[in-house]
Amino acid sequence: MIRFVPRERTPVWLTVAVSIGSGLAALVLTAIPLALTGAPVFTAFVLMAQGAAGDGFALAETLTRATPLIFTGLAAAVAFRAKLWNIGAEGQLYAGALATVALGAGLIEAPPYVLVPLVLIGAAAAGAALLLVPVLFKTRFGADEVVVTLLMNFIVLLFVQMMLEGPMKDEMALGWPQSAPVLDEATLPKLVTGLRLHWGLVLAVVAAVLLHVFISRTVWGFRIRAVGENARAARYAGLPVGKAMALVGVLSGGLAGLAGASEVAGLKGYLTADLSPGFGYAGIVVATLANLSPLGVIPAAIFVAGVFVGADSMSRAIGVSNYLADLVVAFALLSVLVGGLLTRFRIVFVRREPA
Amino acid sequence: MLEALDILLQANFWAATIRIATPLIFGVLGALLCERAGVLNLGIEGIFVAGAMSGWLAVYLGLPLWGGVVVAALTGALFGLVHGMLTVPLGLSQHVTGVGITLLATSASYFGYRVAFPNVATPPRIEPFPPLDVPFFGDLPFIGPILDQQTAFTVLAFVCVGGVALVLARTPLGLAIRAVGDNPEAVEAQGLSVVALRMGAVMAGSALMALGGAFLTLSAFNAFYFGMINGRGWVCIALTVFASWRPGKALIGALLFGALDAYQLRIQTIAGGVVPSQIFLMLPYVFSIAALVLVARRADYPRALMKPYFKGQR
Repeated sequence: MIRFVPRERTPVWLTVAVSIGSGLAALVLTAIPLALTGAPVFTAFVLMAQGAAGDGFALAETLTRATPLIFTGLAAAVAFRAKLWNIGAEGQLYAGALATVALGAGLIEAPPYVLVPLVLIGAAAAGAALLLVPVLFKTRFGADEVVVTLLMNFIVLLFVQMMLEGPMKDEMALGWPQSAPVLDEATLPKLVTGLRLHWGLVLAVVAAVLLHVFISRTVWGFRIRAVGENARAARYAGLPVGKAMALVGVLSGGLAGLAGASEVAGLKGYLTADLSPGFGYAGIVVATLANLSPLGVIPAAIFVAGVFVGADSMSRAIGVSNYLADLVVAFALLSVLVGGLLTRFRIVFVRREPA
Repeated sequence: MLEALDILLQANFWAATIRIATPLIFGVLGALLCERAGVLNLGIEGIFVAGAMSGWLAVYLGLPLWGGVVVAALTGALFGLVHGMLTVPLGLSQHVTGVGITLLATSASYFGYRVAFPNVATPPRIEPFPPLDVPFFGDLPFIGPILDQQTAFTVLAFVCVGGVALVLARTPLGLAIRAVGDNPEAVEAQGLSVVALRMGAVMAGSALMALGGAFLTLSAFNAFYFGMINGRGWVCIALTVFASWRPGKALIGALLFGALDAYQLRIQTIAGGVVPSQIFLMLPYVFSIAALVLVARRADYPRALMKPYFKGQR
């Protein structure tokens, strides 16, 4: 029979190998429904890879798509580290986007070096404030944050629709519910002229590095990890569990809010109610693929983004629905969960002893 | 103001209340069955989608309506099997696995629908469950029109409430399911299999969830739409806490929610133009959160909920 023996330490190569293996396993699993539709499986995957990274334009598009995923992936990673199950990054992203438009579309006129930081701080604050509500419900009333953050996603999206049809509607947009465009002074510049890639990517990478340093090298980072490992032991040891949770809420919500700011101020230029095709939920997949490591979030986000961009271009070429991308991502999440067992346990085969 | 009260006297309002509550009844029953056995099933949102899609597709392809119901239940049980495999014997995080099941079930359903119907402008339709013709009671004033608008699928929901309540409270199996969610060590000591009990409860619960989705496409509407579930599954998870994991209270919670949702739809038309419609659409979600926060303090969670159990490990 098979026994799981817990590992004392996990070699880094194994963690990386499991993540990559899970990505590949997801593609293999996706081949099954793809084959059932009668599509040429091999061609489809080749087209996906070409669409995601075949040339400079494809690669730039993948990195553009990865930018919000790095932010939401970090948001999930820091929260899950502390076992704060924030499934509300989607709503926090929209809160950040709303703050970006509220501050950056004409309310304040200032030079870019003032307005851009102001917009980013506003967006992070909006996302953080939104997550503090369920954190408070959790610490004060013991209400499960999963359900509250999930349900708040729907409330926030309705609120965004209300604002876009009401006070924040752009009168110039001919009846289409969208906000006024953000000012040039509030816009994140493009990284390369002619491509959609913008400075949001740099911000996202910097955020990942800072979060890594914060979690692994500071006292509060240690407290967050301790609360996540064992909240009761942390409380017994005299750690401020409530404060640590609140800090995690601010970080996680703030990062998700930045995803919204980066999409609006860097890519779209204005806010619509379909700004995010589920970046918040995909962030959970990214964080899990990265084994909740902030630095690992960067390649994980690029992989997930590549799947989406590649599937889009593949579906245009051979007419298979691009919902295939969501299928790959879902399989990747489940594969990495199972694969994670290998990093936490050694699997030992023992002969069943006679009873 | 009188108009707002008048709504409560309309038979249509009460008929809508039951119609909106029916999928939630299935969903809350399914969720509480899983949770009573100690497994949180956040796959519920996706399982709703999969039930709605598979049940409808089966009927569209020629099965009778009840055949569609069975197909939906089997689809739900299949996703329950996956969720159970990952969370029970493997003991993986129930939160993340549940979200994964939701992503998988939703994308598989959408993908399957797009493969079956690549380019349709209007969603293809089926002939849904017909309204009941209730003998005697159907002829009563006020009550009659409410009953006559319901379908056999709604009756099944009420039967399931009774069935689940009976099994949980009055049978050895129910006792074992409740025990495995409270104290799995004791169950193991009785010589019963924790894994089998939990897996069975998760599969049965997931089948019930899928019926909730199938009700929408086979009875409430006659077609499958993208985004038609729209958070109904998550609402069920909140209602389960509100119902303190009891089938009877689950029925009351679902009906309360249905009444609130039916009421906000009607008051929208009265208050239309003054208050944005989104405010009313937010109410059901706000109500769910409020219900959760109100009862959370004294919620009597199954004691082994979300705690994986490994044989011979203390």
